[in-house]
Amino acid sequence: MDKILLLAHTQTDGSLPKAAYESLNAALTLAADLGGAAVTVGLIGADVQAAADSIATCGAASILAVSGEDFAASRYSSDTVAVETLVKETAPTLVLAPTSSRFSRCLPGAAYRCDGRIETHITGIEVVDGAVQVQRWYYRQRMVASLSRVQRPWFLVIDSGVFEPWQGAAGSVDVQTLEVAIGDDCQRTKVLGVQTPDSDAQTIRPDAKLLFVAGAGWTKKQTDGQLHIKQAEELILGFINNSKASLGSSKSLVDQSSEGGEVISFMSHLNQVGQTGSTPRHLKGLATCCHGEEPHTVGWRFISERRAISLDPNCGWAQGKADVLYVADAFEVIAKINELLAGS
Amino acid sequence: MSGGFHIVVCGSLVPDPLQTLEPMEGPTGPALKNEMMLPAVLDPWAGHALFEAAQLAKNVPDSKVWLVSLGPKAKLQQLMMSIAQKVSFELVAIDGSAGGFTDPFDVAATLADTIDKIEGLDRTRLLLFGGCASASRDSGVTMQMVAERLDIVDQFLAVDKLTVSSDGALEVLERIEAGQYQVSSCAGAPAMLGWATGSLPEPPNNPQVGMMNMRTVMPALQKAQAAEVGIGGLKYAAVELPKQRRETRVVKDTPAEEIAQEIVDWLKA
Repeated sequence: MDKILLLAHTQTDGSLPKAAYESLNAALTLAADLGGAAVTVGLIGADVQAAADSIATCGAASILAVSGEDFAASRYSSDTVAVETLVKETAPTLVLAPTSSRFSRCLPGAAYRCDGRIETHITGIEVVDGAVQVQRWYYRQRMVASLSRVQRPWFLVIDSGVFEPWQGAAGSVDVQTLEVAIGDDCQRTKVLGVQTPDSDAQTIRPDAKLLFVAGAGWTKKQTDGQLHIKQAEELILGFINNSKASLGSSKSLVDQSSEGGEVISFMSHLNQVGQTGSTPRHLKGLATCCHGEEPHTVGWRFISERRAISLDPNCGWAQGKADVLYVADAFEVIAKINELLAGS
Repeated sequence: MSGGFHIVVCGSLVPDPLQTLEPMEGPTGPALKNEMMLPAVLDPWAGHALFEAAQLAKNVPDSKVWLVSLGPKAKLQQLMMSIAQKVSFELVAIDGSAGGFTDPFDVAATLADTIDKIEGLDRTRLLLFGGCASASRDSGVTMQMVAERLDIVDQFLAVDKLTVSSDGALEVLERIEAGQYQVSSCAGAPAMLGWATGSLPEPPNNPQVGMMNMRTVMPALQKAQAAEVGIGGLKYAAVELPKQRRETRVVKDTPAEEIAQEIVDWLKA
């Protein structure tokens, strides 16, 4: 019989991120599909009681924790020890966890220490003929595979937005805390803090309904033969602020900064979506002044409703990939949209 | 600090992003159709790692860069024709599959074993560099497992900036959620850094650097050990291209006001 360990870490305020509730739902669903496998929850953080209470009624067999100040910050050396301890205590066959920068850093090493194997960016889990089979993408979202393994423990790191978050009543729960000592060799790294990139505004919003993708066309000569970078910046920022969208960029636009070209000042490689950028999940996507071949448009892969504005009716970002293509000047259209959104 | 860094960059080849990729069933598992014929480039994030390594080696005296590359020997030779002109490094080649369907556990074992045998490598001065993920498997797990096998417990992922102080201490900026950076300090080497894009542009070709590198590249390719890196314990049930193609409605010859209103209605729906 399989045993499932669901790992989660707290945020700075002691709560669990949304992705943790999604992974919890995935773990509970998988346990049911496996005929009633036991689910144990393992929490990591400075103080995990509030997080544990928030999932008190989820039906987990037990909730264990590695907690304390040593585990407040996201650090490889201490996080790996925490995960290793939880896994060795619970001896699971399957370890499920949400994708986060913290887990992406530490779980591969922890899986190695536990003599386990790991698959990341899981986008689907099912039980086929009694065996667990997962789905993940290869070659930067260009092909999808279904696969399984026989080695255990098998770590499965689940992408956000794949499962619905678990919802249930909070309560009060006894957390079994595991004592873990962190030696000096694990404290050579110290987390100093968090920094936002040089930017006039916070433009990356993972929980936004809309992804707004700006392409290199914004920095090209317009119909009057002139560049209008400042105007482009105002229009894009105005739209982002009015619509509460997350800002993405094509590769060609962010590459201009390293190539010495005039650039959108608040755009960085962090905004890049597609082949060598991120593939965020949002309900809607609006692409403007983009162009490109299939490999560059994989930033669209997990966007449900897609529209594009381009002067090129054969735009590679749009044809066959977007639901609607508006053949129009994005400067004009976005200016009008900003007026409408500001007035509403 | 006494002595410079010994920087080992793990990086291999991936199909040129502009190529059309199609999966097929090979003799030992899934593979790409015409994989050996596809033009290849240096894995983008590994490329950033290599450029950052070269810059660091230039700034810290007595440092050296090795590029450890696992791939089919003939393809590696083609790849070297382009990247050997970019920055100085010593190639350590491993003859094996660079495909995305291989098991990262086995890949990590092969890389770690090879690094462990590099002549003259001082593990106390080691900075292990690589991409934060490959553009093939896109798993983001290999570098951590290589580092674990080399007993490196200071690890950083999705790094965009590394600053080294005069005493050899490191300050690292890692990408975290919502476009933010986590700032960490580390006492110094040994450490592993899985790079995102970093902050350096791709260096221009320098024929002199190419000439220097090629003196060691060809011998390294000739003595490349063969590695049995396959799908390991993975069992693939299916590998498919996404079939979804949308019917795109094209709206043209329409005033900007009307388009704007339609988009606003859609956004609010």
